[in-house]
Amino acid sequence: MNIVVCIKQVPDTNEVKLDPKTGTLIRDGVPSIINPDDKAGLEAALVLKDRFDAKVTVLTMGPPQADKALREALAMGADDAILLTDRAFAGADTWATSMTLAAAIRKIDYDLIIAGRQAIDGDTAQVGPQIAEKLELPQVSYVKELDRDGDHLFITREFEDRMHKIKLKMPCLITTLAELNEPRYMSVAGIMDAYREKEVTTWTRADIVIDDAALGLKGSPTRVKKSFTKAVKAPGKKYDVDAAQAAQIILDNLKEKYII
Amino acid sequence: MNISEYKDVLVFIEQRDGKIEKVSKELVCKGREIANTLGSKCKGALLIDEVNDDLNELFHWGLDELYVVKHKSLGEFMTEPYAKAVTHICKEHKPEVVFFGATSIGRDLAPRVSSRMDTGLTADCTSLAVDEETNNLMMTRPAFGGNIMATIICPEHRPQMTTIRPGVMAMLNKDESRKALITEVEVPFTNADSNIEILEVVKHGHEQVKIEDASVLISAGRGIGGPDKLNLLGDLASKLNGEVSSSRAVVDAGWTNKAQQVGQTGTTVRPDLYFACGISGAIQHLAGMEESEFIVAINKDETAPIFDTADLSIVGDLNAVIPELIKILPNREK
Amino acid sequence: MNFDLSKEHLMLQEMYRKFTETEVKPLAEEVDEEERFPVETVKKLARYGFMGIPFPKEYGGAGADNLAYAMAVEELSKACGTTGVIVSAHTSLCAAPIYEWGTEEQKQKYLVPLAKGEKLGAFGLTEPNAGTDAAGQQTKAVDMGDHWLLNGSKIFITNADYADVYVIMAMTDKSQGTRGISAFIVEKEFPGFSVGKKEKKMGIRGSATCELIMEDCIVPKENLLGKIGQGFKVAMKTLDGGRIGIASQALGLAQGSLDETVKYVKERKQFGRAIAKFQNTQFQLADMDTKTEASRLLVYKAAKKKDAKLPYSKEAAMAKLYASEAAMEVTTKAVQLHGGYGYTREYGVERMMRDAKITEIYEGTSEVQRMVISASLLK
Repeated sequence: MNIVVCIKQVPDTNEVKLDPKTGTLIRDGVPSIINPDDKAGLEAALVLKDRFDAKVTVLTMGPPQADKALREALAMGADDAILLTDRAFAGADTWATSMTLAAAIRKIDYDLIIAGRQAIDGDTAQVGPQIAEKLELPQVSYVKELDRDGDHLFITREFEDRMHKIKLKMPCLITTLAELNEPRYMSVAGIMDAYREKEVTTWTRADIVIDDAALGLKGSPTRVKKSFTKAVKAPGKKYDVDAAQAAQIILDNLKEKYII
Repeated sequence: MNISEYKDVLVFIEQRDGKIEKVSKELVCKGREIANTLGSKCKGALLIDEVNDDLNELFHWGLDELYVVKHKSLGEFMTEPYAKAVTHICKEHKPEVVFFGATSIGRDLAPRVSSRMDTGLTADCTSLAVDEETNNLMMTRPAFGGNIMATIICPEHRPQMTTIRPGVMAMLNKDESRKALITEVEVPFTNADSNIEILEVVKHGHEQVKIEDASVLISAGRGIGGPDKLNLLGDLASKLNGEVSSSRAVVDAGWTNKAQQVGQTGTTVRPDLYFACGISGAIQHLAGMEESEFIVAINKDETAPIFDTADLSIVGDLNAVIPELIKILPNREK
Repeated sequence: MNFDLSKEHLMLQEMYRKFTETEVKPLAEEVDEEERFPVETVKKLARYGFMGIPFPKEYGGAGADNLAYAMAVEELSKACGTTGVIVSAHTSLCAAPIYEWGTEEQKQKYLVPLAKGEKLGAFGLTEPNAGTDAAGQQTKAVDMGDHWLLNGSKIFITNADYADVYVIMAMTDKSQGTRGISAFIVEKEFPGFSVGKKEKKMGIRGSATCELIMEDCIVPKENLLGKIGQGFKVAMKTLDGGRIGIASQALGLAQGSLDETVKYVKERKQFGRAIAKFQNTQFQLADMDTKTEASRLLVYKAAKKKDAKLPYSKEAAMAKLYASEAAMEVTTKAVQLHGGYGYTREYGVERMMRDAKITEIYEGTSEVQRMVISASLLK
């Protein structure tokens, strides 16, 4: 069984803070991590590898430093890693990104493609389904449970108010939520192997078959017109008093605002 | 792609068990407003196996026309038949703008459709406007975990598609005199479209109260100290006729469940009253509740960032303050 | 001279920290309070390769090096001194001598499961009458023809009772002095071997420290480790490596207490401001940080020398001496800066201070380290 896992290296947006003076993001010193939804997908692939001796290939489209995320995936147990990197890919929106990734995936043997639901920087949740569309594959998103029997997958798929228990035939694509599992740690031997025994294969634009018109910023139907940090709201009144007084202050305020 | 051929706003009307989802009504309101600005119509697309709800309400909120596709494969959501139907309507009628609710259905369907139509898609939009000069839609949405807002445009491709966050677009201007115009649409489905098999549908229990519908929320953060403290918050919620919600940390700790999670990856809420109890105020949480009408924060740590957003900040121990508050609150009739 | 860590070591450090934060830190207080050996943690440590870090893969190890091992003990000890010493005693004092002096059969039989963490190891040198004067071994090993017969007792043995494999020193020929001591690999199940009373200790309370009793203990002929009469050398060289482990433990304790203190002094307010704003606090922290960093450099240097297969005995002794004394000083200051709260068990710093004291004593007291260092200078 061959599994391709798409991962993205992202800044840990949980650690990003706003500079209160300038209103801009402080990006320095924010660690880069494997996007949590993708990491869950990788763990799901590794579980299938443990059970069925599957081969796991991790793929990422990103700048050269995304190598570290791939090494982490290798250290967790992935077999192969591919870094899809080229200046020509820069500025891609989700459409162009999915076109590029799909072009790369066409070069790989796969039964199952796993992508995380959404990245914690872009927050779009679009790339996975768009890859499935370009490869003309059935997709199931928001996978909560995953099992395999021969060339069928048995999946529990989560909605806000219900779950679907689904059966589908491979080849197909699934997107995973971080809540799907507890990803394993890298092992000591795994880390040594990731840097000394295993290799990260680099593919550039020349290695994939794709129209120039579909690449990068130029190939993106959407673009960012502007971005800004949200205005910091004027703080309300603060009180540091004993409990009974605090309760009275709250009550008075609620009455004042006609909430009660 | 000849852009000038594309006209009108199309709203994907989401249904579950035949009932129209609230977000679709919010999107019809917004669609009406955008259509008015563009001088065009606001239409809807409803995919269903059996209609089970009052469709007239959609027209009261602003639809000019509703396309309905009825087929047995459209009851429970499946990506392919839905994508095929929506794409069919889009190719036939060439809308300039298409709205989907950013629900788990919408965010699964929209990328598939936009990719099939080779057009752009913006995710999880929280505000919309029309650019005066170009008449392009300006779609603003949170990114970077909610740390920044980005305004996206899709200048050269049509339709301009976006998924829109539920609970954000206001429902205004109901016009009950508007007449319904329902057009049934045939889509050439084949058996191959049902490429996944739904073995079972399991609905979540009815105890799951939708926090986005509550007008008062008492929200728990890690600072409450333990799951037993939720009872205290529950008592306050009862007194105020509200519900208990929580930050992501509390859900991750297993004290509450995902349906109660407020925040960037949880639910966005806009209650009249939001109590942040033992919540530090991480930006991902703020993203989900900062539009609340009145925010009261109680926290032992006077440097907690939540105090910068709260309308009323109480530095103190919630275990002392909340019981005092419950004592003096009048009993509320709803 | 490059002080940077390689990519592999940086990634290892990241993994060690995540593991410690999630798996070790939450249990530290309970392990200490209940004097509980963290069995479940040891299983997880084994799964991720912590129990055989510096050993080659062909022997079940992780194929990393002594620097990686030192860093692991450091990171674990930041949260829990007990967990750090479990890994250290197992790796340096039991698995390592088998790796250095074992026959191929012994390595396959014992080193592989030890390195994989399937079995836990321990080391038996210290006796009621032989502490710093380690040469005064009274445990005897008699050659019975087809087996060895061991009689005697060992005290203060780390990991005892949970360990499956013990490297034990015994006197084979009293007339030869230190050259009459030999090393043996003893399994828990060998007839005549038992674990005696468990010590109640000031610190590292979750670490099992017990007596070993050998009463006509039958040890197979092939379990002699190294040559007859080589036992003292085996023990001394083993302790050299063990010193790197203990120095790492001390380093971790110092750093852990410093990290806690930095957090605390930013939050604690007196006289209308955070105590971090007072110069005394700042100066104390500066000293604590400098001593900890100095410890780190000594530890890493000793580890790197060992990895380069260069003599490292003096460096290991310096690292152990300095890091343990620094840890005692830093953890004590940490408690002081926490004020009254630091003295209570609600805060971790008092545990770190109690844990730090033993690092000045075991695997060669500070006095012994001074003997080793001065001997090297004065030879």
